[in-house]
Amino acid sequence: MFQTIKDAYYVAWGDMCFMKHNFWNILVSSVMSPLLYLLAFGYGLGNGITMEGVPYIAFIIPGIAALTSLSASFSSTATRLNVQRLYYKSFDEMLMCPLSPASIILGKSFLGLFRGLVGATLIYILGMCVTSELYVTPMLIVSVVLSCFTFSFLGVMAALLAKSHQSMATFSSMIILPMTFLCGTFFSAAAMPAWFQAILYALPLTHSSSIIRAAALDWSFPWISLVVLFAFCVAFFVIDVYLVKARRI
Amino acid sequence: MSLFLCGSHRRYDILTNNDNKLWMYNPIDLLNGEKMVESIIEMTDVVKKYGDKAAINGLTMAVRKGELFGFLGPNGAGKTTTIRVISTLTDFSEGTVKVAGIDIKKDPRNAKDHMGVIQQAISLDKDLTIRENMMHHAMMHKVPADERKKRIQELSDFIGLDEYLDRMVDSLSGGWKKKAAIVCALVHKPDILFLDEPTVGLDVKARRLLWDLIKKLNEEGTTIFLTSHYIEEIELLCDRVGIIDLGKLIALGTPQELCNKVGSTAVEYRENEETKYKYFTDRDQAKDFVSVLDDHDQIVIRNTNLEDCFVELTGKSVGGR
Repeated sequence: MFQTIKDAYYVAWGDMCFMKHNFWNILVSSVMSPLLYLLAFGYGLGNGITMEGVPYIAFIIPGIAALTSLSASFSSTATRLNVQRLYYKSFDEMLMCPLSPASIILGKSFLGLFRGLVGATLIYILGMCVTSELYVTPMLIVSVVLSCFTFSFLGVMAALLAKSHQSMATFSSMIILPMTFLCGTFFSAAAMPAWFQAILYALPLTHSSSIIRAAALDWSFPWISLVVLFAFCVAFFVIDVYLVKARRI
Repeated sequence: MSLFLCGSHRRYDILTNNDNKLWMYNPIDLLNGEKMVESIIEMTDVVKKYGDKAAINGLTMAVRKGELFGFLGPNGAGKTTTIRVISTLTDFSEGTVKVAGIDIKKDPRNAKDHMGVIQQAISLDKDLTIRENMMHHAMMHKVPADERKKRIQELSDFIGLDEYLDRMVDSLSGGWKKKAAIVCALVHKPDILFLDEPTVGLDVKARRLLWDLIKKLNEEGTTIFLTSHYIEEIELLCDRVGIIDLGKLIALGTPQELCNKVGSTAVEYRENEETKYKYFTDRDQAKDFVSVLDDHDQIVIRNTNLEDCFVELTGKSVGGR
């Protein structure tokens, strides 16, 4: 286990250098879209509205934090790995090193984890400046970290399966974009019809929004959503490891 | 046509060329032959299929420790797939591959310690500097922390890369990128270095510098596995040459041995507006043949080269179909 984490650090080291070279770029791009969502939906549309007993701005900030954990973690991991695998071919170099598939996957997910955490933290700090309804709890940290890991592993999976840059864009349009708007980020999933809720609860971002919001607003914590999101996280990780191990990439 | 004859302890691959001459060689002899030379790569009956198409079709071959081995073949013959299979990048369906005595299917991580690979396309991380790429390779190959910087400096001095170390990969010319890829592949001191068409796209000067570097590495004890479809490159550098076509090894030996098999003297002549080639075991036979030809103006008598050997063997030109 210790060796796997150490090897994952070796893999992630390259992405740390990448972050060092592109620090401001990464920082700005991590918070730009959540900030726009906050302005457009939080202030533009939601001003004066309450949702489930709290001001809409307080309701939406945990949702945007969840959304940021999805978009920043997924896109940064998927884009970089996709480029490394299909264009630079430098992912092949990793595969030729004496590293376990698990350490490669963990290491490659680090960039997404970092960017997701930075984005979600910044948006949350900003939210705490505009509303007093938000709390920082241990479960909030656990929920955000778990979300970032889950969507990083999903990003690795998308990049490993992609045949071209276009197929990555298709994956984002078909899977990520609908999740962004529908999975309880901007509204409560409970408000949707029952048949649609069934679809929404089959998607990981719904559970991510649910646990981050409950932890942030100090509501009753939905443990089942935590377990489901954890199951998604493990499933994505196992699929990634299989893809690398079986060289089905 | 290729036919395997299996005996109690030997197996011969009998090949027929276009003239139906029988050639015999035994790749396994490299392991069991008179010289008992230690082999560093052993491939036995390896098959790799993409769908129904076999990219490698029963490849049996051994590479000796310390040699500069050339792997020659036309585009799509299976050269790159062979390297990808040996370096564990691509899985294979049948056969066994051993590197430094280690079965790569049973213990891939240990086998990888012995290999460095320079792929056909530059496979460095272009978002990092050369130094960062080297350090990253050293870390992933688990070079001890206190040796990494020293090793990078040594290699940089060895290749003369010092002034480029802190430059981004994309700011370098093709030749320097290739050299940077080589130092990255050498950072963990591999026993065997695979070079997949390393001089493609390089100018003449860069190509010659790279040839010198390859020779230098080999002289220092690194086994080199070099693929190319530049015939002169293989002929100039390699101790032994394997020719692959349609995923099968069709000839193996020193460049001279391969040429002798065809005939050491070649006659090039024009007939019916077509250039034709004829091969003879000595110059006297070639001269006898020439004396009966009509048009003496366009006749060349020369030593047979590997390209002649390749064409004679497969009926195809090197580098294309």
